[in-house]
Amino acid sequence: MAQFLFLLFAIFTVLCAVGVVVNKNAVNASICLILCLVGVAGLFVQLDAYLLAFVLLLVYAGAVAALFLFIVMLLDVQGKESFGLRGFRTIAGFVAFSLLLAGIGSVALKGQIVSSPPVTVAGGAQLKLYAYQLFTTYLLPVQIIGFLLLISMLGVIVLSKKHEIAEDAK
Amino acid sequence: MMTASLNAYVIVSAVLFAIGFFGVLVRRNTLIVFMSLELMLIASTLALVAFSRVNGTMDGNVFVFFILTVAAAEVAVGLAIIVALFRRRHTVQIDQLDTLKN
Repeated sequence: MAQFLFLLFAIFTVLCAVGVVVNKNAVNASICLILCLVGVAGLFVQLDAYLLAFVLLLVYAGAVAALFLFIVMLLDVQGKESFGLRGFRTIAGFVAFSLLLAGIGSVALKGQIVSSPPVTVAGGAQLKLYAYQLFTTYLLPVQIIGFLLLISMLGVIVLSKKHEIAEDAK
Repeated sequence: MMTASLNAYVIVSAVLFAIGFFGVLVRRNTLIVFMSLELMLIASTLALVAFSRVNGTMDGNVFVFFILTVAAAEVAVGLAIIVALFRRRHTVQIDQLDTLKN
């Protein structure tokens, strides 16, 4: 049963990822991205990372993918992208795809990864464990992340402001 | 409960990463290239969570927490850049954004 759930979520995730890449329409691609994130959240749940699954759904599927949809709507990009599976670029893409897959696949299949039955861990469900780690071991990174968010917010404000001087000079 | 083996998770994450990489290389719409980048990021977090689960530590999970935060900031800035680009050039197709080439 559990194996079946893993297979279900894995196949669903990979199919949705393929959907993101091959879709001509950007709106459909972002909806495929949301579905792919839901699949990854399901995989996270099977890895006992319940909190991360929830955060993934909340932050990624809720905020980031919605932002993508919003920008696609705002830009109103026509589907005039010449996306045909031909040409030098696509061949290079396929070669890179297969090389990457073969490399990681060979490591995963024949490498020294110990696939022993996992240690019974105090689950990732416990918020207390996250909080303890974040406020003791990772206190400095938390503050740096806070500054990063502040800086990115300021950057977005500056980037999305209209530059009257630049417009006049043009 | 961890059902499938670690190898299965690593392979799924490798497949996701490769698909995202393919999208970055092949697509010409900047927005979809950006979505493929997000896909690659998610694939790496999946591998990180799987390894963390097998090792029985919390460190990987906390690191994924940070990755999600940074990714949110990155998406905000990247989309702002794309909007600014569109405002100036009226296109988001990569093959038309070749000013640096000449």
